[in-house]
Amino acid sequence: MTIKFKVNGEARSVDAEPETPLLWVLRDELKLTGTKFGCGAALCGACTIHLDGEAVRSCQIQARDVEGRDVTTIEGVKGDVAAAVKAAWIQLDVVQCGYCQSGQVMAAVGLLSQIPKPSDDDINKAMDGNICRCNTYHRIRAAIHEAAKSLAG
Amino acid sequence: MHRVPMRSLFPIIVTIIAFGAVALERGGGTIQSSSVISAANAAAADGALFTPVATVLRHPRCMNCHPRDDHPRQGDDRHVHQQNVVRGDDNLGFVNMRCTACHREENNNYSGVPGAPSWHLAPVSMGWQGLSDADLCATLKDEDKNGGKTIAALVEHMSSDKLVLWGWAPGGKRAPVSTPHPQFVTELKAWAAAGAPCPVASK
Repeated sequence: MTIKFKVNGEARSVDAEPETPLLWVLRDELKLTGTKFGCGAALCGACTIHLDGEAVRSCQIQARDVEGRDVTTIEGVKGDVAAAVKAAWIQLDVVQCGYCQSGQVMAAVGLLSQIPKPSDDDINKAMDGNICRCNTYHRIRAAIHEAAKSLAG
Repeated sequence: MHRVPMRSLFPIIVTIIAFGAVALERGGGTIQSSSVISAANAAAADGALFTPVATVLRHPRCMNCHPRDDHPRQGDDRHVHQQNVVRGDDNLGFVNMRCTACHREENNNYSGVPGAPSWHLAPVSMGWQGLSDADLCATLKDEDKNGGKTIAALVEHMSSDKLVLWGWAPGGKRAPVSTPHPQFVTELKAWAAAGAPCPVASK
């Protein structure tokens, strides 16, 4: 079937089986490979993208689910919150191997967009679905707090 | 052919016995007939009709999304949901971890992640874990806790709600509710028809 939706603000049209995971539509059809495959079972968060502004696991979203909707990936996320997160990530040198980090960043942007000054408990609840095998969790937490501080001015 | 369980016939049996006893008494029947009525009414009043309903409500497919705390359960062993998933203010999950971030309108046959329309946690007021039959029954009927549902609305909810029905077709390796759904509805209606009696709380 032909699926029409917006990706990073641009209207796109792809031919895909309705049950194709959005992750593969993004990576294989649209060549947006910043979004990573980790587990394929909604267990790791590496494939986190925003669907109509809300963080979701693109490995669980099917192509038919996104008809007429807005998808944002790591390649296209922008705005004050995204800029603050990017700056904090660089400042605190968060990344180690980096494989999970596009998902971590999309989740952090999702969190700060809804809770501008998250507590540690908020971070735990919002970020526990994003796994990092390099164990950069302490730097991720610090970077989220740093981004929140910079956003507050 | 569907077998009607004896429990579902119980209100009818009680009624037949009652009418029969009245007739006997008018005709100079025995004291034994009255005692049959008393025994039958007592059995109905003690909420035995709720037992098969409770059996279904306690199944993991139902109970996993009716926790009394903030954590949904998963699996046939009802373990706490992985990834620190919590109910959130609207019973639909926390920021980034909304139910719909992973659970869609139907089961995902590729990943095994379950799905059904309106996937969500029951409100904490409808938490059932650890409740006795008496408390479970009272909670179920309490319109201040159940979202204002009458008994008829409860029957309708458990008869036709798509998320409820998912419990009988959960897919994957998940065990479906063990009581067949038509049998459950029959038992549910029998309980409702008898006035939705609750078991007496044990002391």
